[in-house]
Parts: sequence; C-alpha cells; structure tokens
Amino acid sequence: MEQHRPPDPAIELKGISKAFGSVQANKGIDLRVMPGTIHGIIGENGAGKSTLMSILYGFYKADAGEVFIHGQRTRIPDSQAAIRAGIGMVFQHFKLVQNFTVLENVILGAEDGRRLRPELFRARGALKRLAEDYELIVDPDAKIEDLGVGMQQRVEILKALYRQADILILDEPTGVLTPAEADHLFRILDNLRAEGKTILLITHKLREIMAITDTVSVMRRGEMTATVNTAETSPEHLAELMVGRKVLLRVDKPLATPGKTVLEVEDLRVTDSAGVARLKGISLNVRAGEILGIAGVAGNGQSHLLEVLGGIRPATGTVRVNGAPIDLSGRCSDGQSRRARGVAHVPEDRQREGLIMEFAAWENMAFGYHHAPAYQKNALLMDNAAIRADTVTKMGHFDIRPPNPNLAARNFSGGNQQKLVLAREIEQHPDLLVVGQPTRGVDIGAIEFIHQRIVALRDAGKAVLLVSVELEEILSLSDRVAVMFDGRIMGERQAAQTDEKELGLLMAGMHGGAD
Amino acid sequence: MDFVSLIAVLDSTIRLATPLLLACLAGLFSERAGIFDIGLEGKMLSAAFFSAATATITGSVGLGLLAGVAASMGLAGLHGLASITFRGNQLISGVAINFLAAGLTVVIAQDWFQQGGRTPSLLGAARFGPLTLPFAQTLRDVPVLGPVYHDLISGHTVLVYVAFAMVPLTWWVLFRTRFGLRLRAVGEAPEAVDTAGVSVTGTRYAAVAICGLLCGIAGAYLATALQAGFVKDMTAGRGYIALAALIFAKWRPWYALWATLLFGLLQAVALRYQSIDLGGVTVPVQLMDALPYILTVVILAGFVGRAVPPRAGGTPYVKEK
Repeated sequence: MEQHRPPDPAIELKGISKAFGSVQANKGIDLRVMPGTIHGIIGENGAGKSTLMSILYGFYKADAGEVFIHGQRTRIPDSQAAIRAGIGMVFQHFKLVQNFTVLENVILGAEDGRRLRPELFRARGALKRLAEDYELIVDPDAKIEDLGVGMQQRVEILKALYRQADILILDEPTGVLTPAEADHLFRILDNLRAEGKTILLITHKLREIMAITDTVSVMRRGEMTATVNTAETSPEHLAELMVGRKVLLRVDKPLATPGKTVLEVEDLRVTDSAGVARLKGISLNVRAGEILGIAGVAGNGQSHLLEVLGGIRPATGTVRVNGAPIDLSGRCSDGQSRRARGVAHVPEDRQREGLIMEFAAWENMAFGYHHAPAYQKNALLMDNAAIRADTVTKMGHFDIRPPNPNLAARNFSGGNQQKLVLAREIEQHPDLLVVGQPTRGVDIGAIEFIHQRIVALRDAGKAVLLVSVELEEILSLSDRVAVMFDGRIMGERQAAQTDEKELGLLMAGMHGGAD
Repeated sequence: MDFVSLIAVLDSTIRLATPLLLACLAGLFSERAGIFDIGLEGKMLSAAFFSAATATITGSVGLGLLAGVAASMGLAGLHGLASITFRGNQLISGVAINFLAAGLTVVIAQDWFQQGGRTPSLLGAARFGPLTLPFAQTLRDVPVLGPVYHDLISGHTVLVYVAFAMVPLTWWVLFRTRFGLRLRAVGEAPEAVDTAGVSVTGTRYAAVAICGLLCGIAGAYLATALQAGFVKDMTAGRGYIALAALIFAKWRPWYALWATLLFGLLQAVALRYQSIDLGGVTVPVQLMDALPYILTVVILAGFVGRAVPPRAGGTPYVKEK
C-alpha cells in the first residue's frame, strides 16, 4: 500500500438497482467500504439489505449499477465469480451439508484435483493454521449435525477463508448465538480486521453495530439513507434513520403489581417421538399482572413448553390455571379446551401454526374462536359479515396495514402477520397469554408497538409467559426471567437485578453465582 | 441340499442378482444426487428391447448393448429434463417413463418383427456368451475349490463381471473423488453446493446420466445375456425390487451388493424349487414365484431399521429469494 495515496475501497457500489416485478428492492445504491474495516448495514425487514448482498455474492443480477472490488470494475454473474473476486459470505441460514465432516464441507467446491485425499490433507493443514491465527477452533473430523450453531458458523467462516476471501459478508450472524458465542465471534472478526480483511456485517441489532463496526450504513425502502462513522452516532439516532421517525428503544413500563397466581407448572416432562427427553421437570408459576420471560438458546425445550401450554403436545406433570388442573394427556388437551380456560397462545412460528397463509385475514381472525356466539348467524351458519366487521375493528386497534379483512394472510408483511395473530389472541382478554418469539422477523417500528401491547395486557392484570431467544427483548419486557437449558430451568432472576452476562452464563448451562 | 445343487443355486443367484445390482447402483447414483428415480424399471425395459432388436437386426451384441444404453440414457435425459430443468414431480415423471416403456416396446416390437410383441430369439454373436476364466479347466477337478471356481465364478457373461466390478468403482467414485463429494452434497444440501460455486444442475444431470448408463447395461443383460431376446414386460418388477434393495442397502454401494444378492438368491430358490412338499402339504408354484416379492415387502416393512434417505431427495432445487 502506498503512503501518499489513500487506498482504493475494498468494495465500491455505484448506482445498484434491482426490481422484483413491481417491487423496487434496491434503488441506486452507492456504497464505499475501505479495506481493513468492519462496515455495518442495518435496516428493517424488506429494506433491501439481503438483496444487495445477494447481488454482491452473485445470487442475483443487478438491473443497473457497477461493482468495484479494490478499485477494479468486477462483474459478478454467479457465486463462482464472487469467490474468485475474494468475496466470502456467511448466510443467516447456514449452507452446510449436515452429514459431511467439517473438512468435507470446507473443501466442497474448492477442490483442486479430481481425487479427494490430497485435498483433504491440504485442508487439514490450512484449517490448523486458521484456527491458530483467528481463534477459529473446530474439530475438522466432526460431522456438522453433531455441532452446535456457534461451531457451524465457524465452519462457514472457515469455508470463506479457505477460499482466500478477503471480503467477508455476514448476514445476521448473531441471531442464533448465545451472548458468549457472540462475543467470541466478535473477537474473531476483530482478528480478521487486524489482518486487513474487510467485513460487511448485516444486522438489525443496534447494540452489535455500536460494539464492533467502524462505519455503518442505513437502508430504508430499498435506498441507502445514510452512512455514518459509528463513533459519531447513537442507537437512538440509527433507529430513527431506519424507521424514519423517533423510536422508543426501551419499553417504558411501570412497576409490576403481581396479584394471585394464574399459572402453576409442576414437574412438567416431555419425551418426543424420537425418545429424547425435551422437558426434564419444569416448575414455574406466573402471577396476574406480571410477565415471566423464558430465556434460552433456541432448541433447549422452550418450544416444547409452549406447545404443551398451548395444547398441541401431550406431557406429564401438573399444570394449573387459576388453581384448577388442565389435562395434559393429549386426549382432550386441544387448544379449544385451553381457550375455554382463559389461555391464549401465540405460537412461535406464525406462518405455520399461527395463520393459514392462503386464507383471508377475517378467516384467520376467527380461528380458534369460530364457536363464539357473536360469530354465529343461526344454528347452522356463521355470520361472516360480523366476523369481517370484527376483524376491521381489531385491525384498527392493532394498526394492521393494509386494513383490508379480505386480503390473504400471505400478503401482509411479517410484522402485520404477527399483529394479526396477537390481535386475535389479545382481544379475547385471556387470563394468561402464552407467547413465543413475538417479534421474530418483525420491523423495529412494529416491535415497539407489540411490546407496548404486551405490557398493556400485563397492566390490565393479566399473566404473560413470554418465550424469546432475544435476550434484549426478555430483559426489557419481563418482570421475572427464567433461563432454560437442556430441558431444565437453570435459574430464575428478577429482571431488574440481572444482566445479559449473568443470563448468558445460565443460557450456556452454567450456574451463574448463587442460586 | 447337496453340494452340486448348492453350487447351482448360487450360480443362478449371481445371474439373477446382476440386473438387480446394476439397477440398484443406477438408482444409488441418481438418489444420492437428490433425484428419486422410480423409472428404473422403464429404462431397463426399453434398454432390453432396443438391445435385443438391434442385436437381431445387426447380428452384433456389441451394437445391441450400445443401442440399449442409448435408449436408457434417452429416457434418463427425459427424467432429468422433467425433474431438474422443469422442476417437475420426480415420482410422476418416473411413473410416466415406466408406462411409456411398457407400451412403446411392445408396439414397436410388433411393428418391426410381427411376433406378438417379442423379438426373435438371439443366436450366436447376437448374444453375450460365457467367459471362461483362466485355469478354469485345469482346476475343475480340484475338490470344492474346483466347482466353486469353474461353475460359480467362471463361465458368466462379461456383463456379470462388469456389474460386480461396479461396486468398488461406485464406492471409490462416491467417497474418494471430487465428483463423488459434490454428488453426495447435491443430494443432501444443494444450496451448499450452489453457494460454493458449483452447478447443481450440472451435477444432477451427470448423476442421472450415470443412472441411465447402468440401467441400460442392466436391460441389455436381461435380453441378450440372461435370456435370448426380448419379451413383453420382461423386467417383471426388477426395477422396483432394485429400489427396495437400495433402501435396504441404505444408499451404500457395498450394502447394495449384499441386498441384491439376497434378492437374487430368493429368485433363484423360487426358480429351482417350483413346488415343495412340507409334510404332505404342497406349496403351490404361484406362492414360490411370489416369494421374492412377498419378502421384498416383509424386508422393507420390518428389517430395514432407520434408513435415512438423502435429505434433498425428491425436491427440485430453487434458489431461495
């Protein structure tokens, strides 16, 4: 690198545009990223971040615009060309072959000769060096399916580095990691930056942007609205740039005034169809007027707990609602009987369990409550007009856009789909709301709204059981926090008296301090 | 059972297992790459007809083999077009190929040879003859080893040896070469192959082509080596039995060898012992003939255990948005 002249940017995009049908996903995007820096890209869902990165990695072809890599105009028609240009990508959903070893995954597509053995030998050496240089430690002979997500992510990074990438794109890399794993990832990224690699970090977590990036670009509705130095900005300012208005990042909530116990769970156990114990004796309780947050890395039994409480999975143990036990045998423990007892369930996966995507909003709004007297015309027929009218009212309460009850659920954005499910369940005024991942894949503006609604339900004297893998969400919404690990509750804390560090240790299965 | 008839049954096992083994390995290549192929039967049948027809007309079994392989690979290309390029349903495409082959072979046979949908019997150079391995005559009279070498191992057609040689070759290709790694990856996680900069379409077409090649050899073996000419529906469900063997073998080449030998043995026993007296009750011929098929169902239902098929099997690859 010459001293008297500033280096060429590692990545320079000029006027990138891309349309899908009538939707303009990217509009004249300009971007400059200097080598040896970490550049963050933030924006709401659908802002065009992923489209832009897919263009850079050769998955899509831009309608217009130019790409310069280290000052050279580069055409990237496919992933092969991106790899040749030194670009590596770590996708949000890993692209790994589950029953291959780490080594096999690393060399796949980058093999030099026709025979595997010399290549595997070479890769083993390269992996050893990378492990030493960057703290990227993985057992090269482990099968991917036996590795945790944090390890799998390291394999993805190794894949890119093995292909000599010097520009690394990471798409929502911390979504599936524990706080400790995320910290480790950031150390790795730090090391890579020190080695002169350029890193593009796509995320919706403002905290990460502030912690690790040098510069940050904000995207909104397909446009690059701002690029700023991270040191000269604040989370509040970035949120405002993302949404286009002032956003409350912390949930303002009064102190909880818990009343009588609504939900009591004792020694709940679940064994799944493969014979694996998923819940190993869960006991907890939630009182009226309080939010109990269940924290934990995805896959530690939270989903099973939600399904048992929602009535879609049998279990053993005792669950009492308002003092009376509910049936867990699976014979008559369906969602209907739960609703009759004042339990409403917002499932984790709104598209699979919360809605029927091809059905209209008003039909979805009636599901589970279709026996309600208000929805019946006579003994035989339902009163569709009444359901439609009711849907319009609820759409107003929850600011669901567009407020058209005849639109299929599929045609609403992720945030509005979630609001449809929440409106259906909350507007029934349940005694207990069981809610999983309320803001997964939801825009920052909608998150604010959903959080306010959940707190409002609590303040109306209802009990809320909240399951989320977003620790920030757990901490800002909950009054009490229980941490699940491997089908057990590792510990319970008052939300006001704990922090991410302590919960992170519990989430990793370690008892943090006195219990 | 005496030693001579044991050798005879085992010898027959090898002959009958050969087409199953070739078809099973064909299916293995295709399904390991994520393309389910229920059309093994149809490809074998069309190869059987075109090899027999070409051998009849030209008098050369070599040309017959080529024609059979070409016919089978043509149908494989059709299956590839439907299921890879046009992302159609692989089961339906396979079934369509089976119907197409079952109907067309008979119709064309009738048109060309006017013998009721069969080809004339193949004679001399129009048929694969047995190969006598070195020293077979010399060793013939050695006890035990002699009959095993002379009657069991030696004296098969070249296609039998090709089929058995395909087992280690398949294993080597799948697990020791770059092509094999990509082929297995494309059946498990095509998105991983795509993002690694390798063509999913190209890899899958290559696998389907190999499947066509092996099915073609299997079909030609039936009509020009095992038997002397083509008759209507002569594959008799072997394509489906090969699929069953493939599942039984858990998509592994060496297991495929044992599985197809087992099915071959069942067929050999059924052929040799057409009626068995069990304490005064005579087992009817029909039951003996049905035995391999019945056992196919029983084995698949009860003895396979957990067979995990390739994860991306049966699903066309579409780049996610």
